[in-house]
Amino acid sequence: MMNYEPGPPSAGPTGPPDASPPPAPPSPPAIEARDLTVVRGTRTVLRALDFTVRPGSITGLLGPSGCGKTTLMRAVVGTQAKVTGTLDVLGHPAGDPALRHRIGYVTQAPSVYTDLTVRQNLDYFAAVLHPGRAHRAARRDAVTRAIGDVDLTSHADALAGALSGGQRSRVLLAVALLGTPALLVLDEPTVGLDPVLRRDLWDLFHRLAADRGTTLLISSHVMDEAERCHRLLLMRDGRILADDTPDALRRRTGTETVEDAFLQLVEATSPTPPPDQEASR
Amino acid sequence: MTATAPTPTRPANEAAPARPLTPSRTTATAGRVLRQLTHDPRTIALLLIVPVLLITLLRYVFDGSPETFDSTGASLLGIFPLITMFLVTSIATLRERTSGTLERLLALPLGKGDLIAGYALAFGAVAVVQAALATAVSIWLLGLDVIGSPWLLLLVALLDALLGTALGLFVSAFAASEFQAVQFMPAVIFPQLLLCGLFTPREAMHPVLEAISNVLPMSYAVDGMDQVLHHPDITGDFVRDVAVVAGSALLVLCLGAITLRRRTP
Repeated sequence: MMNYEPGPPSAGPTGPPDASPPPAPPSPPAIEARDLTVVRGTRTVLRALDFTVRPGSITGLLGPSGCGKTTLMRAVVGTQAKVTGTLDVLGHPAGDPALRHRIGYVTQAPSVYTDLTVRQNLDYFAAVLHPGRAHRAARRDAVTRAIGDVDLTSHADALAGALSGGQRSRVLLAVALLGTPALLVLDEPTVGLDPVLRRDLWDLFHRLAADRGTTLLISSHVMDEAERCHRLLLMRDGRILADDTPDALRRRTGTETVEDAFLQLVEATSPTPPPDQEASR
Repeated sequence: MTATAPTPTRPANEAAPARPLTPSRTTATAGRVLRQLTHDPRTIALLLIVPVLLITLLRYVFDGSPETFDSTGASLLGIFPLITMFLVTSIATLRERTSGTLERLLALPLGKGDLIAGYALAFGAVAVVQAALATAVSIWLLGLDVIGSPWLLLLVALLDALLGTALGLFVSAFAASEFQAVQFMPAVIFPQLLLCGLFTPREAMHPVLEAISNVLPMSYAVDGMDQVLHHPDITGDFVRDVAVVAGSALLVLCLGAITLRRRTP
């Protein structure tokens, strides 16, 4: 168990106020975005984002609901239309067919087949990832391991529709873990979970990053989860307010918590913040 | 791979290594769809029993005129699978779209063809059982008088079911809710039902309607059943009917594949 290790040694403690990108990492970045813009309908949801995510790190994507977190994650996974700018994921342009094996994705809505059992759900997704009779034994092992990873072994034969919301999102997490992906994109994976389970999942995330070298991009609107990330991307209104470690962020803003740091950054960037969506809830 | 050189994001991502169809992924998808059905025994019961009950009802509605039962009954044996598979498929794929499982699947190395063919395979199998049951009951218990081979009736029924599956898949792309999906049944199926020659011979219709009925696939489905009913051997018209129904099913399945988007707004 390694709770919050401060991530790869790096990034000057007190970066310049405009949060310049970190110094060139030793290996190519897991995600590299330049001038990333996404339009949905007539609305520009992401506005010219620039950021990089280092391999083997846990990056928290934080910000209030509606700030563009999910859109950013969908762009990284390659399911978002109307993406302009540059977005490279694991050395390929986002959405490249070569990436479909290497990215695990947990959507916010628990998109599992409610009329199948947990194991049947995983069996199917495993068969899509590694089809063929020859891989049957390997698939069974991978499914059993993934169910164990998310602590659903006792519910393996329950219908997914009979599970609670939190359990269902863990089924989705197990699906995401199936192919031993190099990048995990998790959209609010811990929402509505009890504190013990939340802690266990964060321990799992840290084990994945440390032992398997998995890169994790995790969104949350719960600011206290920020402390558990190696790096943070603070978002608001489709822009990145800050890209830094939690420590550096607090130090730079002279605040106690990431939440306070967020507030201060919002007030610093826009002198009159709109009253309707102050900070995160 | 030139991993370091950043390349501009491509809007579409088809082509390249991912294949549109892998047999093992297709059968895995068909198996999954059937497994979902096994958790829903009431739907299975409705799928299998309702056509039998309706054809029995028809038999006694036409108690006084067995010839009418022969022609109408044979046509209905082809129309039932079309309608039920249309409904079942449109709702099933709509659920895939709205629950997010479709987006999840298309982010995986699953070909669009795998999904479409998987559904067609699964519901085709259900349709075979459904049509076999209804045909057997009609011929052996209700005295439906067929001159041709009952196997040919089954073949047409299976193709009708595939056409229904294809149409259901296709229209589900245009439905935002179950309410809308169900409304597509009267919109897409009823006009074909009225024009297919079931109620009145197509030659007796207004010429415009007759022309329209000439391009609707259900007209050929009904005519195919009619050919089996009246001819001991495979006729040229039968071959044409089967080819038209199979071709339309394939065409609409391809149209359905186009409506599946890996990237959505």
